[in-house]
Amino acid sequence: MRVFAQQLVRPAQYVALAGYIVFLGFPLLWLISASVKSSAELNSLVVSLLPQEWHWANYADALARQGLVSSAGNSAIVALASTALVILIALPASYVLARLKGAIRAAGVGWILVSQVFPVILVVLPLFLILRTIGLTDSLVGLILVHTTYTMPFALWMLQGYVAAIPVDLEEAGAVDGGNRLVVLRRIVFPLLAPGVVATAMFSFVSSWNEFFFALVLLQSPENYTLPITLSTFIGGEGKVALGPLAAGSVLAAIPSIVFFSIMQKKLTGGLMAGAVKG
Amino acid sequence: MTAPTTSRPPARTPRPGRRRAPSGLDRARRREAAALVMPSLLPILVLSVAPLLMGVLLAFTDAELVRRPDYQFVGIDNFTRLAGNSFFWDSFRIGMIWAVAVTLLQLVAALGLALLLNSGLRLQSLTRVLALIPWAMPPVVVAIMWRMIYSPNAGPLNAFLGSLGLPDDINWLADFSTALPAVIVVGVWVGMPQTTVTLLAGLQQIPPELNEAASMDGAGAWRRFTAVTLPSLRPIVTSITSLNFIWNFNSFSLVYVLTEGGPGGRTMLPMLFTYLEAFKNRNIGYAAAMGVVLVVVVVLLLTVYLRSQFRDDRVETKKKEG
Repeated sequence: MRVFAQQLVRPAQYVALAGYIVFLGFPLLWLISASVKSSAELNSLVVSLLPQEWHWANYADALARQGLVSSAGNSAIVALASTALVILIALPASYVLARLKGAIRAAGVGWILVSQVFPVILVVLPLFLILRTIGLTDSLVGLILVHTTYTMPFALWMLQGYVAAIPVDLEEAGAVDGGNRLVVLRRIVFPLLAPGVVATAMFSFVSSWNEFFFALVLLQSPENYTLPITLSTFIGGEGKVALGPLAAGSVLAAIPSIVFFSIMQKKLTGGLMAGAVKG
Repeated sequence: MTAPTTSRPPARTPRPGRRRAPSGLDRARRREAAALVMPSLLPILVLSVAPLLMGVLLAFTDAELVRRPDYQFVGIDNFTRLAGNSFFWDSFRIGMIWAVAVTLLQLVAALGLALLLNSGLRLQSLTRVLALIPWAMPPVVVAIMWRMIYSPNAGPLNAFLGSLGLPDDINWLADFSTALPAVIVVGVWVGMPQTTVTLLAGLQQIPPELNEAASMDGAGAWRRFTAVTLPSLRPIVTSITSLNFIWNFNSFSLVYVLTEGGPGGRTMLPMLFTYLEAFKNRNIGYAAAMGVVLVVVVVLLLTVYLRSQFRDDRVETKKKEG
């Protein structure tokens, strides 16, 4: 009886796994399929995952929409600029966070933790007022600053982990050779941090590229919209906007994030598992 | 909103015993540290600490979102008004249902997937990549995608139900009774990957000897799960559940794009409600008061939850000692 039950366990596990795969993967497959269906097919009552004919024109349509391309440009500007700023600012700070003890470290770590549970709704109102006073609402510069500020805690956390992995001895050797702290940082620490910087940069880029709430509150004129905002204006009037191009535009918007995440996948899962492998 | 909590930093290497540096050098090092930290401190202070404090202050004013704002302190007027605002408390109740349901379902679904991924099946790498996709996608795209899945006419969900002979004309996101459950499913889909990855890492840290020993004592799979796996995962479950709850309670973009709080306010999460009060009705003082109430309640709930977890832990250790 027990052997029989054990023989059933594996198939049951595969059935469950298949269920998960369908649940997690099907929505994206459907979006991709909708992006290559003609509007006639999308509105017909025949519902199938594979399109009757591949209608690539949706992608051309999506790209031909003025708003979509220019807002993708805005998103790229904001994401690249805030990523560069985050790395530039967080790199030195992460070094201090990892190497020094005492009040600075405690305050830094505490703030990073709090920022993970930050009530953005409470912050966004005064933030809007502050940025309006200095004329930075409805401006990409303002959004860049905001994205920089709100991506930084996690970037700091990632980076300081990489700093902590660099043996202190290496730095001390550099110091003995006559370099002062900044020279040691530049010559020894930062080069060793390169992989960590790449991973953190990808994370920052994705955070900013995907971000919706601050962009919604801060940007008012359509020429400043980022990609998520423009996409969101296309819905609502689904009758007016053809579903096919909307799906195509959504697929295009998701590509950078998915690509970066797949590259980081090993780091995201692997980082946690590193300690477990020994077990 | 987007920040994952994985990629834990590797353990810090203990420093070799060093003699204390002379205080002059100490001061120089401290100045150096300050110089390195300053660039990141500035935007934090101006764009995140200051707004938080101002937000709390705003809650006690009658500020409105106009060009030349003219505030007056009104004491706790906003809060007394809020206490009698039944729309706000309706929205609060919906927010609690949403956050609790999504958090619990995420935990159960993610635990199931993590256990499967940890039991040496094939297709693991495919599943792992798939499991990360919801995490990576922009929330707006997620919402657009699920609107298509739920579409009443040409949506695959209704088509599937129809093929089973079930009713196939449900307007999932527009029907009063199905809208909230429908957005909860999307919330689970979005948040599952992160929880799975975290739990999987926890599972892999359980020493296999524990399970083997339990096996030898004749414990079946279920018994091993409740006696070995669950207790070992407990700290991770507690922390990921707390974080998920806060993230879910604070969530905005997904539901804003899916339903904008409709139909008839059935999916009006408190964050949406507050946002509309601030930027559509332009009452930022009143909206700030809502924000304060939401934060205070979440902090209180979390304290109660974490304390009860902590107490259980102590009781258990006592039992073991006794």
